[in-house]
Amino acid sequence: MSFAGIILTAVFVNNVVLHQLLGLCPLFAAAGSRRAALGLGLAAALVLGLTAPAAWALQHLVLEPLRLGYLQTLAFVLLVAGIFRLVRLAAARLAPAVHRALGLHLPALAVNCVVLGSCLLLVPGLSSAWRSAVAGLAAGAGFLLASVVLASIQARLRTERVPEAMRGLPITLLSAALMALGFLAFDRALLANLIG
Amino acid sequence: MKERAFIGGLARQNPLLVYLLGLCPALAVSDLVSKALGLGAGVILVLLAAVAAARLLRPVIPERLQPIAWLVLVAALVSLVDLAMQAYLPALRQQLGVYLQLLAVNCLILGLVERLARSRSLSRCLRLAAGQGAGFTLALLLIALVREVLGSGTITLFPLGSFGGVIRVPGLSLYPVRVLSLAAGALLLLGYLAALAGRLMARGRKAEQRSAG
Repeated sequence: MSFAGIILTAVFVNNVVLHQLLGLCPLFAAAGSRRAALGLGLAAALVLGLTAPAAWALQHLVLEPLRLGYLQTLAFVLLVAGIFRLVRLAAARLAPAVHRALGLHLPALAVNCVVLGSCLLLVPGLSSAWRSAVAGLAAGAGFLLASVVLASIQARLRTERVPEAMRGLPITLLSAALMALGFLAFDRALLANLIG
Repeated sequence: MKERAFIGGLARQNPLLVYLLGLCPALAVSDLVSKALGLGAGVILVLLAAVAAARLLRPVIPERLQPIAWLVLVAALVSLVDLAMQAYLPALRQQLGVYLQLLAVNCLILGLVERLARSRSLSRCLRLAAGQGAGFTLALLLIALVREVLGSGTITLFPLGSFGGVIRVPGLSLYPVRVLSLAAGALLLLGYLAALAGRLMARGRKAEQRSAG
């Protein structure tokens, strides 16, 4: 698959949130403010761009040659936790402003299914570390898109009269459902026509 | 509250419907009843083993290393369940895909392990964990039943003897409401269920206030 194909598929067709239903918990927690949603999405994209190639290397250069495939879950969990630790330390040292903006969201993402899930889903199908870096970044971009749009919908809803029982999480879930319905329009055939 | 450790997890402290914990794997596998049962069983097993192990290991592990230790513990248990399922129920394992492995970072399991590792009594710990696991499974089963019956017009169980494993619902299997078996349907249904749960809870609180006042 071409790089454009990988990106478009990851952002629109196989959107991590709206198609694969990963990373919902932090997304709903951050849906209250657009700033938080942006920070969360950027943090996820950054970490996914780093984790996906590392997971690819771990899988294809370490686990498979040594026939340790059954350790995949354990190895990936530790890899993700380690990379989060490194990113936090690096951000605190090198870019305190970035750390302040994203630092809040990193712990929430560290033990979250969006990063691990994307790694587990992406890594087997890709042929090089570069491709998995691009695919990871694209999956993160899909998460960013979904989180920012969802937070914007919530901002609009604040001025509407929502029935009492639906306030808070239920209406957020329904907004996400309608977004997912909208994203059904992006299917593989449409993208294949666009890319050619 | 003390005697309610198990029942609470089923109703008022239902992890899925009230606290919306463990959403990601729950929504993704609730399109077939058999998948929901498989994941629910996995959650109960991992939860009980992890809570008991964490409770027993806590005095030995230094405070600073505990979060990472719980992470490794849960991931190892999930791998065990995963391998057992690959050996005995390969078809179900195939259907669950990465969502079974994702239990390793499930917020319901990790949160409970973290919380219950400090608890004093082991039996109460286990009852709470069993209640939360059973509540999760029941809620998941409810969602899966609605999604599968309306979304594909079938109820998929496990093949046993002459029974093929799939029950067709007359009428609905010809003209199913396809959207419910898609990702959008899962979010939609959970949204309405969460609203219903919130409404029932609010009504319960009001009734309690009235009887107290």
